[in-house]
Amino acid sequence: MKAFTYERARTPAEAAAAVARTPGAKFIAGGTNLLDLMKLQIETPRHLIDVNGLKLDEIEKTPDGGLRIGALVRNTDLAADARVRNDYAVLSRALLAGASGQLRNKATTAGNLLQRTRCPYFYDTAQPCNKRQPGSGCSAIGGVSRQLAVIGSSDACIATHPSDMAVAMRVLDAKVETVRADGQARRIPIADFHRLPGTTPHIETALMPGELITAVTLPKPVGGFHTYRKVRDRASYAFALVSVAAIVQRDGRGRAAFGGVAHRPWRVEAAEAAMPGGAKALADQVFAGAKPTHENAFKLTLAERTLAGALAEARA
Amino acid sequence: MKFDTPAATNPIDQLKVVGQPADRIEGPLKATGTAPYAYERHDAAPNAAYGYVVVSTIARGRIRSLDASRARRAPGVLAVITAETAGPLDKGQYNTVRLLGGPEIQHYHQALGVVVAETWEQARAAAALVQVQYQEAPGRYDLAKLKNAAAVAPPGFGGPPDTARGDFDGAFASAPVKLDATYSTPGHAHAMMEPHATVAAWNGDQLTVWTSNQMIDWSRGDLAKTLKIPKEKVRLVSPFIGGGFGGKLWVRAEAVLAALGAKAVNRPVKVALTRPVMFNNTTHRPATIQRVRIGATPDGKITAIGHESWQADQEGGSSDPHVNQTRLLYAGANRMTRTRLAKGDLPEANAMRAPGEASGMMALEIAMDEMAEKLGLDPVDFRIRNDTQVDPEKPHRPFSQRQFVQCLRQGADHFGWSARNPRPGQTRDGRWLVGLGVAAAFRGAPVQTSAARVRLEAGGLLVVETDMTDIGTGSYTIIAQTAAETMGVPLHHVRVRLGDSDFPVSAGSGGQWGAASSTSGVYAACMKLREQVAGKFGFDPGQTAFQDGQVRSGGKAFPLAQAAGLVAEDAIEFGKLGEQQELSTFGAHFVEAAVDPYTAEIRVRRMLSVCAAGRILNPKSARSQVIGAMVMGVGAALMEDLVVDKRRGFFVNHDLAGYEVPVHADIPHQEVIFLDEVDPAASPLKAKGVGELGICGAAAAVANAVYNATGVRVRDYPVTLDKLLAGMPQVA
Ligand SMILES: Cc1cc2nc3c(=O)[nH]c(=O)nc-3n(C[C@H](O)[C@H](O)[C@H](O)COP(=O)(O)OP(=O)(O)OC[C@H]3O[C@@H](n4cnc5c(N)ncnc54)[C@H](O)[C@@H]3O)c2cc1C
Ligand code: SF4
Repeated sequence: MKAFTYERARTPAEAAAAVARTPGAKFIAGGTNLLDLMKLQIETPRHLIDVNGLKLDEIEKTPDGGLRIGALVRNTDLAADARVRNDYAVLSRALLAGASGQLRNKATTAGNLLQRTRCPYFYDTAQPCNKRQPGSGCSAIGGVSRQLAVIGSSDACIATHPSDMAVAMRVLDAKVETVRADGQARRIPIADFHRLPGTTPHIETALMPGELITAVTLPKPVGGFHTYRKVRDRASYAFALVSVAAIVQRDGRGRAAFGGVAHRPWRVEAAEAAMPGGAKALADQVFAGAKPTHENAFKLTLAERTLAGALAEARA
Repeated sequence: MKFDTPAATNPIDQLKVVGQPADRIEGPLKATGTAPYAYERHDAAPNAAYGYVVVSTIARGRIRSLDASRARRAPGVLAVITAETAGPLDKGQYNTVRLLGGPEIQHYHQALGVVVAETWEQARAAAALVQVQYQEAPGRYDLAKLKNAAAVAPPGFGGPPDTARGDFDGAFASAPVKLDATYSTPGHAHAMMEPHATVAAWNGDQLTVWTSNQMIDWSRGDLAKTLKIPKEKVRLVSPFIGGGFGGKLWVRAEAVLAALGAKAVNRPVKVALTRPVMFNNTTHRPATIQRVRIGATPDGKITAIGHESWQADQEGGSSDPHVNQTRLLYAGANRMTRTRLAKGDLPEANAMRAPGEASGMMALEIAMDEMAEKLGLDPVDFRIRNDTQVDPEKPHRPFSQRQFVQCLRQGADHFGWSARNPRPGQTRDGRWLVGLGVAAAFRGAPVQTSAARVRLEAGGLLVVETDMTDIGTGSYTIIAQTAAETMGVPLHHVRVRLGDSDFPVSAGSGGQWGAASSTSGVYAACMKLREQVAGKFGFDPGQTAFQDGQVRSGGKAFPLAQAAGLVAEDAIEFGKLGEQQELSTFGAHFVEAAVDPYTAEIRVRRMLSVCAAGRILNPKSARSQVIGAMVMGVGAALMEDLVVDKRRGFFVNHDLAGYEVPVHADIPHQEVIFLDEVDPAASPLKAKGVGELGICGAAAAVANAVYNATGVRVRDYPVTLDKLLAGMPQVA
């Protein structure tokens, strides 16, 4: 860890302005990801702006019947919220499938969206990694890649986004509300929020430098059967090999997003018309053009079968 | 005390204290956070400075330049020590590679130095400023490729590398039913909770280290040898150990660097390895490739059995004895075992809980399952048909006790084995595919010389001192029970002091020998004390009873407390009983596993181990040993895997997020049954160890249950879902 300075922001606009003003500054929320990365010197902010006091920890109804989730709402509170459990159960389930009780008590909605990859080479600062050190190369390509992406990857990076919550947010068509350093607010559809690695895997989201997430909004409930299926090598406390967030209506139509397969939650809306035709019909389209490594090709089969399990659960 | 004839009736047989499920006597300290672990010995070594280890970031090659000047100037830094500045160092007898690397680099994360600073954060920040330029050299990291160049392993603690009896090749070739299968097991990390940690302080030329170590005397000697100082100048203290599993049998880099750091800054220095460094810096259980061949008659009598293993290790290393269980477990006139060792450049391979036995049984016990199926026999029955009461390689050697068949039978009854469908992939419980698996548990019962000192203090308090360690196993408690039983006092009248090289040299904790050996040493010392006490009261020791705090003979009685001040020291030395007979522990593992037909996720549902392991000194701590080992077996079966980057030569998943071990949700109901057994040939207490028995075979029982559930046979551990998917049922 490198020495850093620290301040507490009082308003969102002030926080955004402070980060933009100070080179090498970062926000800190629950700290469950950022502090780990700082200890390993993967992140080396020189200044931290604590956003925990911004009073962004409310969950409220929106005028159009949706929900507005403050950026600082803890994962535990979000998962337990009655409105979330009733109307957006996929989100509640995804949250509870992630990390541990202790971590979820600290982890925030914004921090969860912004958590960084779990590629093992990203974590070993002695190894080349384009995401950690742009231009240094990608150790995972040709190396150990069982956990990594099967689609949407590039020659520069094959990492996945590890969040469970974000996969549910994707299937729910969430929007990310932000405020920029100049005080401008905007809403970014979740589909545009996380980027594919391309040639710049170190740029992971659509956020501008200093841009602060203030909330995530959910449109009004879409009903249907909600499920989140997370598959991993042990029963708990591990990141997904593959996960599926699915909402299935009575007539068999629905939506599905996949986790553990790409640099962002993976959803192909155009393929969803195939859902009544079964998991294979949908997965074939969702994963068209996949480029797995020899170690993780199984994820394609697994994704399809996990979806099949989810659809069977919906039918039952 | 010499132990060269089987134990007769002795004070232990009263079983007033021994054999009772006493709570751990040090338990409250651990449960309240007041047991002082090495890194917390501020009481013993106040004002310690902090060391942070600098490690190599290449696997093989040389240092071209190492520039520590920026680190030396960093805030709070007191010293930076590297191979260049450390002065001449030797290598420990038990270490294969040097603990301080440079200029030659032998493996990834080999220690290259230590930065000592006022605070841990300062030391860590400064360590990142040390600039090292390397000259990389190619290395050998892929066992599958090295296998063909492997040589006969040097004889190690497992005896000769190769054995043969009868005509294996001929018998196997002509066997009516045969199996020839190859298995692989990956490297495993000890991944104990407490990292390697040491506080070192010098007083003149006298070094004291408060550390976390399983083998006080070995490590005292090796630390002295490494530092090139006399053994008498080193004191090693390790009363509490947060798990070791064989990873702390040796001196490791942090102890050497703490000692060097403390010397350099003339003040105590503490060093702990950080978790991400432990996996490549320290030792690990080596990966193996194993070929098992079994030939049998149609009625299931084994006529030929062969087991070959391949592993790799650094130059000068030895092989784990992976094939040794096959030498003894099943009958068969024609047999062969071979142990092959290749030279490789991954970090040093070394002992981990049941070294050799655990990996060997992972292969052998799947092979037995496969063979039973070929024969159309129940796997319990197949094993029973091939039981032997003598060493099959040396039929003149009987087993001192062998209740293997009883373990299998009782376990099968208790577990509901008869409900198993021999046709795999057929049984459902709701959505889940369900299967049952069985495997043998089998581990030798080695013993080692072990000494202790007992002292009667005022008020009748009995103090036991020995350098034996308690690595979470219950040594404190069984030693107290032994002393209490022998001297006829209640358990709370005994104080046990362990893990200090000032105390008499014990067997230490390793190889499942600790419990039987160390309690025997304590028994020997207590018997000597009894003689002294009897003498003091003018009694004939042979005619004196020690009971309820009283010493009685010929109608006279004195309180034992009246003998306060007496001290006795003795060692147990084991004769040739273990050569004339085979001393071993046995068991049978039963597992029920369920597999999700969509995703192939595996969930272990029930586990049972039935064990026959001599007198059980404390059923509570023994059970803890066995269930802990079963958990490790689940880990080995389903997830534990040191994943090698074969280009760069290191274990990639070097933290506890990447190296998965079972979590609570993975571990179902576990049951352990100990059969009644006393083994007079094993020790004066008629006891053997159980610390490693429970891991032997456990992983194979899980793998066999998964096979029974799915019909997919996985021979390459860990049995992960990706290896099952292709054989799973069609889903829509
Ligand atoms: C052991 C372990 C296991 C885990 N397992 C899982 C798992 O299974 N599934 C899963 O999904 N996650 C898992 N996680 C990750 C966990 O969900 C994240 O660490 C957590 O959600 C991050 O939230 P935080 O508030 O602590 O973020 P922080 O660590 O505080 O911040 C993370 C990033 O977000 C930025 N940031 C924070 N708030 C804002 C804001 N309002 N606006 C802009 N930027 C902001 C920070 O600058 C930082 O870059 C695990 C974590 C650990 C340590
Ligand atoms: S996959 Fe991405 S994160 Fe992993 S090593 Fe390559 S560039 Fe780095």
